[in-house]
Order: sequence, then structure tokens, then C-alpha cells
Amino acid sequence: MKRIEAINDFVIKFANVNGSGSASANELFAKAVMRMGVPVSPRNIFPSNIQGMPTWYEARVCEKGYHGRRGGVDMMVAMNPQTWDADVAEVETGGYLFYDSTRPLPASKFRDDVHTIGVPLTDIANAAYSEPRQRQLFKNIIYVGALSVLLDVEAQVFETLFAEQYKGKERLLESNVQALHLGRNYVKEHLQAPLGIRVQRADNVGDQIFTDGNSAAGLGLVYGGATVAAWYPITPSTSVPEAFQKYCSKFRVDPATGQHKFAIVQAEDELASIGMVVGAGWNGARAFTATSGPGVSLMTEFIGLAYFAEIPVTIINVQRGGPSTGMPTRTQQSDLLSCAYASHGDTKHVLLFPQDPHECFTHSAAALDLAERLQTPIFVMSDLDIGMNQRLCKPFVWDDAQAYDRGKIMTAEELEAGKPFGRYRDVDGDGIPWRTLPGTHPSKGAFFTRGTSRNPQAMYSEAGPDYIYNMERLLRKFITAATLVPQPVFRPAQQPTRLGVIYYGSTSPAMREALDVLERNGVYVDAMRLCAFPFPDSVSEFIAAHDKVFVAEQNRDGQMRTLLINELEINPAKLVRVLHYDGTPITARFIIRTIHDSVAKELV
Amino acid sequence: MTFIAKPRLHHPTLHTNQVGYTRRDYEGRISTLCAGCGHDSISAAIIQACWDLNIEPHRVAKLSGIGCSSKTPDYFLGASHGFNTVHGRMPSVLTGANLANRELLYLGVSGDGDSASIGLGQFANAMRRGVRMAYIVENNGVYGLTKGQFSATADRGSKSKKGVVNSESPVDLVGIALQLGATYVARSFSGDKAQLVPLIKGAMEHGGAAFIDVISPCVTFNNHSGSTKSYDYVRQHNEAVSRIDFMEPGQEITTDYPPGALVEVEQHDGSLLRLRKLHTDYDPTDRYAAMSYMQTHAALGEILTGLLYIDPLATDLHTALNTTAQPLNTLNAAQLNPGQKALDKINAALR
Repeated sequence: MKRIEAINDFVIKFANVNGSGSASANELFAKAVMRMGVPVSPRNIFPSNIQGMPTWYEARVCEKGYHGRRGGVDMMVAMNPQTWDADVAEVETGGYLFYDSTRPLPASKFRDDVHTIGVPLTDIANAAYSEPRQRQLFKNIIYVGALSVLLDVEAQVFETLFAEQYKGKERLLESNVQALHLGRNYVKEHLQAPLGIRVQRADNVGDQIFTDGNSAAGLGLVYGGATVAAWYPITPSTSVPEAFQKYCSKFRVDPATGQHKFAIVQAEDELASIGMVVGAGWNGARAFTATSGPGVSLMTEFIGLAYFAEIPVTIINVQRGGPSTGMPTRTQQSDLLSCAYASHGDTKHVLLFPQDPHECFTHSAAALDLAERLQTPIFVMSDLDIGMNQRLCKPFVWDDAQAYDRGKIMTAEELEAGKPFGRYRDVDGDGIPWRTLPGTHPSKGAFFTRGTSRNPQAMYSEAGPDYIYNMERLLRKFITAATLVPQPVFRPAQQPTRLGVIYYGSTSPAMREALDVLERNGVYVDAMRLCAFPFPDSVSEFIAAHDKVFVAEQNRDGQMRTLLINELEINPAKLVRVLHYDGTPITARFIIRTIHDSVAKELV
Repeated sequence: MTFIAKPRLHHPTLHTNQVGYTRRDYEGRISTLCAGCGHDSISAAIIQACWDLNIEPHRVAKLSGIGCSSKTPDYFLGASHGFNTVHGRMPSVLTGANLANRELLYLGVSGDGDSASIGLGQFANAMRRGVRMAYIVENNGVYGLTKGQFSATADRGSKSKKGVVNSESPVDLVGIALQLGATYVARSFSGDKAQLVPLIKGAMEHGGAAFIDVISPCVTFNNHSGSTKSYDYVRQHNEAVSRIDFMEPGQEITTDYPPGALVEVEQHDGSLLRLRKLHTDYDPTDRYAAMSYMQTHAALGEILTGLLYIDPLATDLHTALNTTAQPLNTLNAAQLNPGQKALDKINAALR
């Protein structure tokens, strides 16, 4: 029988039951691979339920460092009888099926074209432990131990990880090491190892860190100087404010007084959370909320107010499957248009597109600067794939000499010195007016903020010229924004080509791999990764320089394509959709196949 | 209502308060509300209270939602920053503003359409959160800007101007405020300035969430014979639990009333609220008795006014969150940013 043979290049998937304690065991496995110097990118695939439902953890081991989903499964660790049939069916021909052989499963439920590896995990756990919960939890460590021999991961790596995790908790350390070796010893005594797929020590991780986007965003908001956070729990963004809270507790508590240099409120709903952020931004604090698509829907009235009244607001949108409640625990990039044009009337909002946890950190910090510089809402468009999965990425860096950009805030001294103030006057030609903060001066600089139309002095006005002046100025501000946001990243093909591809955010790692493979197959494509909306001129130039431009994204309607057509007045025929939207992260295989098919059609 | 703009200049001999402002300095733009609107009387009471309290106008942030009442912050404290937010969501914006800078005084102005319907949730949660502010609802039981629909505070059985009878039960904002933990709860009548001004002063100086429900008849749409929010109806059914005087800290306390008929309530900043009881058994520091007393009188068709409840030791959201005394909006990168050294440790722990 064919056997998949691959060193440091395979996909292993764990099928578990939610609440069984498997998550930490699976993460332990991924970390061990990373400590072997081999890049790994795991993904949680879980239903919108708390306990008892199926959950999967797919880890891609890839020495070349591709972090996107590859597609296909080389080894299935099938620990959930409920999903057995589907899990078995997913294994690639010549792949491996690992299962708990304590109870025999009907022969019809196996496949002849995959290698089956049975380990009596329940028997081993029951023999070693008497308490039911211990039996369950250590069964997970036992299978990790068994896999470590099958895949040739060093025991010492696990023992070091245990020592770090259970520092000062000797009993837990010992029992975990014991469970690990129970699994290892069984395989050594009863099975042939290693398998055709295995891990071999390498040095390809370098100084990269292993973290998730939501934790990184929370940290970025601390470094960017957010002091007010208001939020309402929603999957998959909840861990952003939780990370912010954790890091604030560590770094923002005055050691002398115990007082907090931050305020976090769990609001009663999304409307209140964005309202608090608007109030704090109006009053000069750096404030943010984190939410997902349904939350953005609820916030849109306030977002329109913040746009029109010109108030700094930072929104971390960790996207999930929509519309409506959609697929709360699955990933998509489908909030693009609802965020770009959130609220009624003529509105346009700045969007930032992080591609990995490192950029969740940098973009979240930058969003706070941009919000104050531009006096407008800024969206950081993360998604579940980046936000909730750990990923190898560049380490976090901060320039200690960097001061925060507070934007155009007129001080009491400037007002006193006679500097003219008109809240909505475009004195600098960039569309950005000056503002004053409440309480600044006893007699100068006060104004009334409102969502209704006004004149440049902030006085209520429905006069046509006043309204048009204001709306045109807001457009000028948006043009200014295009010069301040992170610029697109251009990756030229190895040979001149008339083909281009545009992509953004969490599509990036799969795209990097797809481009390499396409190039090896003789398909050359220039690539542009968009990092923000509004689009700078370089995007129009890129599209103009190619006959055909693929736009790869994770939604049904090609929302980025629509945005490009709408904002840059591109001929729609020139932009070809590459759309993946089943709720799982886009794979390199999907991108390759779609682009290949499109190019092949042309050749025919 | 007048369309004649107020002159900016005023006579140099006008009396100034302790911080050097004339009463005119506490005024705002000319009201565009209907002549005789109760809301204008409330604006006048706010102006009087702030002048009396020697508050520097620019140290007040005045926030409102949408509606007739929410237009009024434009008509007082012209040197203050104001914010007309969205319908019913003033409390959250005020909460955020308060978190950003705890040193300002926050005045929230709302209406019954604003706070009892679309904004009921935000009103309730601001009360339970203990945001330090004076939250004034100008309550006329009707939607004025859309010409006379019932609001959620309209009494069951009351009639609209067009003769429609309200079949729904009213929302009692005072009852909600008491139940959810507001630490200063009062009800008054826009036509009773003698009672309203000290109530506003007490609310402005209070250390937690202060709420005043002010019955404020709508002269255009809800001042007719079938209304229970009309001037005549309220005057006929008003039952005051207290007549109030407010004493600033450091000011000599005098009283014209015989001992035993007075109760003095010290606020967090040392100021005194002096209450002359109309009902000798009324204790304004007993939350549960206040709820019961109010409901008993409501059943009798009486509108209970005065200071219904106060917690003199009230604290606010900042206390609960243990935030630093320095306003959060003044903290800079050196105070907020842990720096690269801390990042190095975080990076190391993530490998």
C-alpha cells in the first residue's frame, strides 16, 4: 500500500470532543514541533457550542514556513466516535489513521488505502489513573506521547515544555511526564515507528514567536496607549479585550498606589460599548472596542456619528462567517463593505488589514495614532483565522523613542495666544480640522458636537454651501488618509507577466505558498498585498499595469473587488474573483487551482 | 421663544460670583423651543444652580441625546463643550467621556422619549454603574419634535391632544433609578424653581450617579385637560416630601426652621443638603422606604416630588475601577507604554 513519506512537511488533524481537555494537549504537540525548529501552523476548527460537540485541531508542519492551510490531511487522530466516518474519509490516500483501539470498531469503518494505527488509550489511562477526570485528561497526554514516537519528536522537548508550564507544581509536572511516557512506551513496545511522515530537527523557526492575533492586538492596544476599553462579549473577538485587561494588569498598575492607568467596561451591549468609546474619544482618551460582524451592525449608527462629528474611535473587528448570526466560530473576510461604508449617508471609513499576529500588534497600535490624527473611526479588520489561532510570526518590536500622534488638538496656550479656532475649518488643506478638548479654556474653543449639519464654526446649519463644504472636506481627509495608512506590499514575479493578484489579511500566508507553487509550474503572477483602505495610487497603477488581476478573498461576493471597482473606477472585467467562503481558511491548493483553471481557459 | 439674538456684551456692573462670572456667563444660545416650554425653565434652573455653585462653565461637559430636551444644552453654559449624541444613547457617551477625564463635571440632559424608550437600557445601566453625573430627564410624556405621540412615561388613561387614550402602563424612571442603585434620586416640577434649583445643585455636587426626573409640561402637545403631565394637573397633584436648601462646603450653615423639622445630609465633598420635611416620617437615606413611599403615593394619584433618596457616602465608577487620579486623557507614552524591554520578555515567553 502506498505510504505518504514526508519529513517536516505534513498535515495532522486531531478530531476531539469539546470540553475533553484536548486543546492543551494538541497545543503541546504543536509547540513541541516548533521547539524542534520546524515551523508549524495550527488551527482550531470548532462549532458554536460549549461542550460535547465535535472540535478539530489541524496542525500543518512545514519546514519551508508556509503558514496557510495547505488542504488535505496526512494523519488523522480520530478521538471522536461521533465524527468518525467523516474524519476517516478526510485522510489522503496513503495517509495515517490513529485511533483509540480499546474498543474494536467495525471493520467497515476503516479504509484499505490508509494506514491504521491503534493504541488502547482508554485501557492505558484506566490502568494508570482511578479518577474519571484524570483518566480523560491524561488520555490526551498519552496520545501525544504515542504520536511523539510515531512522528519522531524528542521526549526531552515535551519534558522541557512541561517543566516550563508546571514550574513550582511538581506533582502536575511528574504526572504529565508519566502520562507522556505511558504513550511512548506502548508504541515502542507494540508498533513500528517512526512513520513515513515525521519530524526532524531543523533550524527554521529562528527568532519567530508563536502567538495568536487577538492576544497580539490586545498587546498592541496597550503599546499604542489605549486607556479606555468598552466591549461586549462576542465570538471571535472576546479575547482581544481579555488580553488588553491581562496586559494592563501587568503593565499599567501604579506600584505605589495600586491605581490603574486604564479603564475597562464590559458594556450592556454593542451600542453602549461603541458609545463609551465615542465619549472617551471626544474627551481625548485613546479608546477602543473589539467586536465582530453582528456587533458592527449594531454599532453603525454611532460609527456614522463619529465619522460626521469627527471623533477618534478604534474598532477591532475580528470577522466571522456572516450574514446575520452566520457561522460564529468560522472565519471569513465578509465585513469589508459593511465596515468601509458603515452607517447611512455618504460615509467612508479607514480599514487596516493585518496579515498575522505581528500585524495585529502593529496595526492595533497604529490605529490609535491614525484615529487621533484623522479624527475618525479606524477599523482593524482581523478575522477568526488570525485572531484565535496561534501562528509563527516576527517578534514584537517597539521604538521607545516614539511618541503618540495626538493629532490636531489646540491647547489653552494656543487659544490664549490668539490662534484662530473653528472646529470644522480646513486650515491646513488636508481636510483635517483642529479640535479642542472639553475643559481646555474658560472662554475660548468651546463648541457643540452634533450629528446634524453645521458650519465650519460648529454652529447648526442646514445651508447647502455649509453642508457641501463639510462633505468635500471629509473627502479631502479621506485622501489624506491614503497617505498615512500602511502602504501595499508589492511582490514581483520572477519573470515579467501580464497577470496580477491582489489579496489581503489572512489570505496572505496561503497566497505566498500558492505564488511559489504557481511559479514553479511556470505561471508567473505579480502580487500586491493590500494593507489598508483607502487605496493609495499604487493600487490603481498596479491594476493598470496588468491585463488581468485576480482578487483573492474569503467571502461570496468579492467584496474587495467591489470596493476596488467602486473606489478606483476599474473595469470589472479586469478583476477576476478568487473566492473561498465555506468558513474554513483559504488554502494554497484552492488558490492554485482557481488561478490555474482561469489561465488554462485563456489558453484554450 | 424669540429669534432676537442675545447680545454678547453685558453691563460691567453685573454681579459676579466667587469665580468671577456673571449669571449671563452661564447662559447659552437663544432657545428655539416653544414659548412657555417647561424645558426652558429647567435650563434656567441649571443656569441658576451652576452660578450659585461657583462652577467655572468650561469645567462642565453637557451631553444629551436627541429630542426637544436634548436640544437644551445649547441654551445654557455656552462656554462649555456640549455633545448632542444619538437618540437615547447619551448615557454611554457620557460614561466614556467621564472615564477619559474624571476632573470635569458631567451633566446629562435627556427626555422621556430618549431615556424611557430607546434609551431605557442605557439609562438603567448608567445608574447601576454609578457614573458620576447629574442626569436630568425633562419629562413631558410626549414626543414633541414629531408632534405629539405618547412617550413611555405617559400615564395609562391619559389623553393625547388628538384625543387618543393611552392604553399602556408608564415607565417610572425614578422607580428604576432607585431599584438599580442610583445614589441620588429626585423628582421635581419645572414650574417649581424653588425646589428644582437646590435639587440640581445637590446633584451636581453628588459623588455618584444622580438622577432627577423633572415633570416638564409640553405646552404645545401635552398641556390639555386629559394630560397627566400638564401644568394644571401637576400643580394639583404635587406632593413634596421635602423643601430643599443646598449649602456649599465652608459656608456657614443657618436655618430659619425649628430644630426637629430639619434634616441635613452631608455630601461626599462636605456640602450640605438641608431638607425641610413635609412628612415627618420621611427618611431620604432609606432606599427601600423611598420605593415603597413613592409607589404608595403614585397609587393615590399623587406625584411625589423632592429628594427621594440619597446615599451620602456614594462613590462612582472610577472608584470601582480604581483608576488613577490623573485624568486618563492626559497620560502620555512614557506613562502608558511598557517599552521594548518588556516586549523582549514577552517575545521570549512566546518561543
